Amino acid sequence: MGRGDIVKDTTLEVFNTKDAKVWNPKPHVSKDHVMIPTTDPGADLWTEFDRSIGHHFNLSIDLNSCTGCGACVIACHAENNVPVVGKSEVRRSRDMHWLRIDRYYSSQDSFIDDVEKKDNIAGLGSSLSEFGELENPAANPQVVFQPVMCQHCNHASCETVCPVAATSHGRQGQNQMAYNRCVGTRYCANNCAYKVRRFNWFLYNDNDEFDFNMNNDLGKMVLNPDVVVRSRGVMEKCSMCIQTTQAVILKAKREGRPVKKDEFNDTCACSNACESGAMRFGDINDHDSEIFKLKNDKRSYHLLEHIGTEPNVVYQVKVRNTKEI
Amino acid sequence: MGSHYEAPIRTPLVTGNKSYHDVSVDVARPVEGRANKHWWIVFSISLAAFLWGVGCIIYTISTGIGTWGLNKTIGWSWDITNFVWWVGIGHAGTLISAVLLLFRQKWRMGINRSAEAMTIFAVVQAGLFPLIHMGRPWLGYWVLPIPNQFGSLWVNFNSPLLWDVFAISTYLSVSLVFWWTGLLPDFAMLRDRAVKPFQKKIYALVSFGWSGRAKDWQRFEEVSLVLAGLATPLVLSVHTIVSFDFATSIIPGWHTTIFPPYFVAGAVFSGFAMVNTLLIIMRKVCNFEDYITMQHIELMNLVIMITGSIVGVAYITELFMAWYSGVEYEQYAFLNRATGPYAWAYWSMMTCNVFSPQFMWIKKLRRSIIFSFIISIVVNIGMWFERFVIIVTSLHRDYLPSSWTMFSPTFVDIGIFIGTIGFFFVLFLLYARTFPVIAQAEVKSILKSSGDKYKKTSESHE
Repeated sequence: MGRGDIVKDTTLEVFNTKDAKVWNPKPHVSKDHVMIPTTDPGADLWTEFDRSIGHHFNLSIDLNSCTGCGACVIACHAENNVPVVGKSEVRRSRDMHWLRIDRYYSSQDSFIDDVEKKDNIAGLGSSLSEFGELENPAANPQVVFQPVMCQHCNHASCETVCPVAATSHGRQGQNQMAYNRCVGTRYCANNCAYKVRRFNWFLYNDNDEFDFNMNNDLGKMVLNPDVVVRSRGVMEKCSMCIQTTQAVILKAKREGRPVKKDEFNDTCACSNACESGAMRFGDINDHDSEIFKLKNDKRSYHLLEHIGTEPNVVYQVKVRNTKEI
Repeated sequence: MGSHYEAPIRTPLVTGNKSYHDVSVDVARPVEGRANKHWWIVFSISLAAFLWGVGCIIYTISTGIGTWGLNKTIGWSWDITNFVWWVGIGHAGTLISAVLLLFRQKWRMGINRSAEAMTIFAVVQAGLFPLIHMGRPWLGYWVLPIPNQFGSLWVNFNSPLLWDVFAISTYLSVSLVFWWTGLLPDFAMLRDRAVKPFQKKIYALVSFGWSGRAKDWQRFEEVSLVLAGLATPLVLSVHTIVSFDFATSIIPGWHTTIFPPYFVAGAVFSGFAMVNTLLIIMRKVCNFEDYITMQHIELMNLVIMITGSIVGVAYITELFMAWYSGVEYEQYAFLNRATGPYAWAYWSMMTCNVFSPQFMWIKKLRRSIIFSFIISIVVNIGMWFERFVIIVTSLHRDYLPSSWTMFSPTFVDIGIFIGTIGFFFVLFLLYARTFPVIAQAEVKSILKSSGDKYKKTSESHE
């Protein structure tokens, strides 16, 4: 189901010889019986505002160079005081990762076989049995992984549904959570296509039930003083490390100069920790920056682009040096 | 006979050869008499369930929503299922008292009081869930657009949850005022009959000094009509707005334009089932067989059959649209609903809501008390499953398979639900002992045209 909306990959040969439309197709919608890309302003419900002024942060994740090591996950936990919740909560699907690494296994020998199997499903009988079969990984599956965090959608589905406007859009492209304002309806998490929002089901700090270094003096000394510790009953999620991007801006302001080229690079804890350079962060309004080039690279795509959320996180198509995917 | 004439072929709505005085005596009997053993048994069970629910709510609020079975993927489950279920149940009361009033359906008079009481008690249960499902319910007042000192903080008028706040609070207040207005002459009747001074004082207070003057009656009729006019759009709007919670979202299985009419039909469907459940017991316990006749039950069964069929058409339309739209996510959402891990819930819903009301086509069955009662319970179960299916099966497998998971309720989820059922019955049982449970003033107004005593007299004069 919609594999190409989530992880896009291709072979080196196709990548080298074919047009980007072939290996990185953009989703289209029909408007007035004409197919237009979902990113077209005509497909948009909202009136656009001028985003060219100030900073506009983007994060690029290259599926090619990501090794799935998980350093970004740890860095994110450490930077943002994300609580460790323990086995019993994880078993209940309450893992508290602002940034997670999704892994997908093929149910046939390779993903191409999966797609083929799915495309050949015909009629009710075969869909009843074969969709179920696609859920089970093969004995020796092909694997892809993909780091996923808040996509900081420019048209965020979470922002419109919060009754108290606790989550709203930042001027620099971030989708922001005002923890103090959150009353915890969880509507935002339900309406998030990427399922990146994490709820504080319990008081995770100062709680003997969750003795994972947030309720003793030594553990508390490790907490990042620039980031709040969230309380029970509020929603939390990736902030694109707004504390560090703001620190860069304030530093430049204090020194009476504009932010230097690539000064924002790797201010996000995850991209900073990424050893292979798969994650790059920066300001796309700085047209000389690396992130600007990455965003406009022919390999770049958005996760679930067809929904029209216009994320500020971009992924780069995975290119395999094999004969077939 | 003038306005009192009704065609003889219409079956009488009040049987048992009742005179005006008989009506007063019959309606006042449960209030003036003593509660029997059965009432105490049912009341004790309801109270125990209610207290258990209170305990679970206290545990939730003091420990966290983590005491429920929710997780990162399924942010709503029993809480909002119960909320929608209870709001839906409320709708029958408003339909009976407002819509049927505007359509001059006189049979509503035997059942409207209790149906409206059911509405209010159901909306109270419903209103509880949006409050306690919040992570920080003590800040629940932030959803109200009240001036504040948090700066320029205001509510988000884009949010369907905020529309819910307005819809539910409007619904509760209009229903309460409508109900109480209708109660005034009946409370006055109880006041006039009361012998104990304390009782007299209370009923005098709640009847707002009703004197029975012509002017009182004229105003009463005017206000009833205006309130009926106000309440009628609410029958359609409240559940429409509740359905917007889902319809305006981006989750496959929620994002559906059919939801408003589908939810309204479902609400009326479940509401009439609950009215049947309550009144079939009440007419027996309070000896109201002459006022809530077989004809009343049959008519309600017909409404259940029709709305059940509308709901069935909606279910099939959803499946058709999923297929016809060609949207893969939509197609999978419905395939998963019908055949995935929650297929048992889907097929329970289908059996209870679409299949079972079709028995009502058979006259013998829809005129059977015991069969009507069983179907009313089955429909209520089915409608609970409908909301569970919509909420949980849509959420548990949405866009990214990496987040797919399952939901299992904890004892707290179950306890709170049982608690609201207990609370509902506590309120209803107290109501049945202290309120005039039949709109006796209205019933008296049709006695000469639709009471069997007068019908027989007018026939003999023809």
